[in-house]
Amino acid sequence: MVVKVAALSSEETVEQPQRQRKNGFSDGARAVAPLLLAVIPFGLVLGVTAAGSLVGGGLGIATSFIIFAGAAQLVTVQLIDGGTSLLVVVVTALVVNVRHLMYSAAMAPHFSDFPRRSRWILPYLLTDQAFAVSILRYETTSDPGYKRWYFTGAGLALWSSWQVATVAGVVLGAQIPESLGLAFAIPLVFLVLLIPVVQTRPGLLAAVVGGLVAVAASEAPYGLGLAIGALVGVTAGVLTERLGER
Amino acid sequence: MWGAVVLIGVGTYLTRLSFIGAFGEREMPAWLERPLRYVAPAVLGAIVLPAVVMPEGTFDLLPASNPRFLAAVIAGAVAIKWRNVSVVIAVGMGALWILDWLL
Repeated sequence: MVVKVAALSSEETVEQPQRQRKNGFSDGARAVAPLLLAVIPFGLVLGVTAAGSLVGGGLGIATSFIIFAGAAQLVTVQLIDGGTSLLVVVVTALVVNVRHLMYSAAMAPHFSDFPRRSRWILPYLLTDQAFAVSILRYETTSDPGYKRWYFTGAGLALWSSWQVATVAGVVLGAQIPESLGLAFAIPLVFLVLLIPVVQTRPGLLAAVVGGLVAVAASEAPYGLGLAIGALVGVTAGVLTERLGER
Repeated sequence: MWGAVVLIGVGTYLTRLSFIGAFGEREMPAWLERPLRYVAPAVLGAIVLPAVVMPEGTFDLLPASNPRFLAAVIAGAVAIKWRNVSVVIAVGMGALWILDWLL
């Protein structure tokens, strides 16, 4: 890398920051483009179900702006509609989002070179998809300016598609009859998200145990069945991994 | 409800900021890393299974009274092969409508 920089003429060095910015941004946006095929229908489903639930279209759209995390938003809509107490809704949605700690930890060494303002604003855009494409790209680049704009491009492309898809879903949702059973699309979305995380034996066990316990605990008060299932499922995954090490 | 959504939003932002804002260079501690790895499968399993085996609140796998279970099995098989949200939604919803109409 040092050799490469030294080889550049002085003119090119002056242009560097702007080019980094443009290239990084468009590279990041381009990297997430194929993922939008999955993100947009997900956002539509969210909008449609929010509009048809107790949550309503207005708050449904607001969740995309305020929370900006699809799985947590769907869980929020589903639980509120099912009459779960709001405290449990908050706790469950945050449990769903606890995976962001992992992303944050992995991104931290790269973000530490960014200006302070970016370090505070950019985490808002830290989604599964933005994380996945950025961490992959960061393996092959060491330029903080490029990294920053790459993440910004990926994050903003996802963010704007998500907002538009949610609004479109809410608008469409108002015209779709309940009898079509579109709420079924929610578990279908989660089913797709489930496939990559059950490829290991502990992951599979965590999912199966979590699911069975949630079914068994479905009568639990305040709609706590999901949280109980998740907790026991995580424990099952950790124990399986420990046993596998011996 | 708005209050709950704002709380979730703030909490979500804080989990995203956590290590970036506080630690900079520091690595995730190992004791935290292991359980975090299984949060996604456990939560997703706990959401999906009740929604397909007991959509009306009682355990039911019969296609005639609960077509969602069979539709989910079909969609699951497709998901393993393609992992594409649009395709799986189309197949799952299609299966549900056909089963609804047949039975």
